[in-house]
Amino acid sequence: MEKRVTFKGLWLPLLLVLPQIVITAVFFFYPAGQAIWQSLFIPDPFGLSMKYVGLGNFEYLLGNPYYRASFVTTAVFSILVTVVSMGIALYLAVLADRLIKGSGVYRTLLIWPYAVAPAVAGVLWLFMFNTRVGVVSWYLGLLGYDWNHVLNGEEAMGLVVVASAWGRISYNFLFFLAGLQAIPKSVIEAAAIDGARFWTRFRTIVFPLLSPTTFFLLVVNIVYAFFETFGVIHTITSGGPQQSTTILVYKVYADGFVGQDLGSSAAQSVILLVIVGLLTIVQFKFIERRVHY
Amino acid sequence: MATVKLDSLKKSFGKTEVIHGVDIDIKDGEFIVIVGPSGCGKSTLLRMVAGLETVTSGTVQIDGAVVNDREPMDRDIAMVFQNYALYPHMSVFDNMAYGLKIAGTPKAEIAERVDTAAKLLQLESYLKRRPRELSGGQRQRVAMGRAIVRKPSVFLFDEPLSNLDAKLRVQMRLEIKQLQRRLGVTSLYVTHDQVEAMTLADRMIVMNAGVADQIGAPLEVYANPATEFVAGFIGSPPTNFVNADLAGIGNPDAVKLGVRPEHLNVMPSGSGRLAAKVMYTEALGAETLTHLELADGTMVTARQSATEAGAAEGTEVGLDWQDGDEMLFDRNGKRC
Repeated sequence: MEKRVTFKGLWLPLLLVLPQIVITAVFFFYPAGQAIWQSLFIPDPFGLSMKYVGLGNFEYLLGNPYYRASFVTTAVFSILVTVVSMGIALYLAVLADRLIKGSGVYRTLLIWPYAVAPAVAGVLWLFMFNTRVGVVSWYLGLLGYDWNHVLNGEEAMGLVVVASAWGRISYNFLFFLAGLQAIPKSVIEAAAIDGARFWTRFRTIVFPLLSPTTFFLLVVNIVYAFFETFGVIHTITSGGPQQSTTILVYKVYADGFVGQDLGSSAAQSVILLVIVGLLTIVQFKFIERRVHY
Repeated sequence: MATVKLDSLKKSFGKTEVIHGVDIDIKDGEFIVIVGPSGCGKSTLLRMVAGLETVTSGTVQIDGAVVNDREPMDRDIAMVFQNYALYPHMSVFDNMAYGLKIAGTPKAEIAERVDTAAKLLQLESYLKRRPRELSGGQRQRVAMGRAIVRKPSVFLFDEPLSNLDAKLRVQMRLEIKQLQRRLGVTSLYVTHDQVEAMTLADRMIVMNAGVADQIGAPLEVYANPATEFVAGFIGSPPTNFVNADLAGIGNPDAVKLGVRPEHLNVMPSGSGRLAAKVMYTEALGAETLTHLELADGTMVTARQSATEAGAAEGTEVGLDWQDGDEMLFDRNGKRC
């Protein structure tokens, strides 16, 4: 006996999945196909004709030092965003898990930043760190530190990392908190009786049992840093100074829509498509296996 | 090895007091069972001894030292939990070795102590497995093993058998008893099962709504229950309670009369002290339980040996008992 509800006909099930298929086809398959197609051509500057170049766009990209530099920038950026947002989220979740009074308020407040759109978050941080009128840069100035992310590439990177990680902390916090609360209390108590103090317990019991959550968040956050931080970077640095914050996804935009090199932009999109595909495989293949109980 | 002493131990959650003052002196090596229905505070009492719950007032002493403010790890105790609380990501060996590793015990000694415990519990061939690859009874043994390798002064058991099926429970009950006898470690054992309490305990504490109604050896508690609650809770089938007026009791304080099922004699109609009607009988093989209805509608049970001729269902009979088997209870449920 099949336990699930099954539909005998062909038309009803088709009709039911149709909206999803249409949306995926129009907004994903079609553009993705277009990108793959366009990556094989170089259009003329006026968009009137296209010349077939085979894998020429890819060859050019991989030999281009700016593109390779963008890979490094992306790696640095996504590692920093992931580590910062996950680290702070885990710390806050551990604190919230121990909280008895007022935990509802605390959690709600921590979840709010997730509701702020990345571009808005970007503007918010930009205001605080604005080199002329920003509150934080003014205080830094009082301390004798001359903050200028418009000229200093490292400061620019720091700022976009903080702004990107900020909204993400809420999301990670939720998952970490749920993960912590799923650990049976008696296991922690058993460890306490076995002589493990808080930090030992965390290192030997809590963190290993949290590993499925951590691994899931790792993948999800890397994907986020790769693809969804466009708004933050666009509002704060526009990829500058001197491309120091131009991550791959920003370069797709900059080369395609600002530089009008649509062939190269399409080729970059295809490379990103491959990367996100690999990350998804990693996620599906390993997450299920790492679950402990 | 240690003594444990609880001195007017109380616990409140917020404004609600759940344990109203428990006193007991536990001798070195004694097996104490705390028994009571769910919600009576027995687990809370045990968790206070473990240090997992704070003490509201009174003191917990282990080996003469007040340990109220000591962390669980500083009390030299080991605890077996109802759901075993094994570390799911560690092998059986690592589960048992965890406490020793933290204490910085040398590796060779850890291996030796875990092996000894594994042998004692017949777990040698499972040391490399993870808890999820074990059956309920094996997990239970690992939890015991984790407790004994540390050689604590006191064992605490929190309903360790309630997740096992009936047959395994009887077997593990015996194993726990043997183990405790062999190791001679002072033990506190919480259960809601009065049979477990009767069979395991040197002395038992019968808890009722946060009060220790009676503390004593199992047979002493059985034969001489201090309160109506204890009489009803300990023993299966439970003590029969009869309205004192109906039974013609002369004592003016007595409200209820209690008689154990095995002390009720079923006699021909017209004889004995009470008239009753046989409602139905349960033949269990070695014994037969006869359920009877009294004139005021109260149901009582008589336990008879299977060799006695039982009365047929629906017949009128008389009931009698010996004066020495009478237990009289006053308005507050106390013996009088």
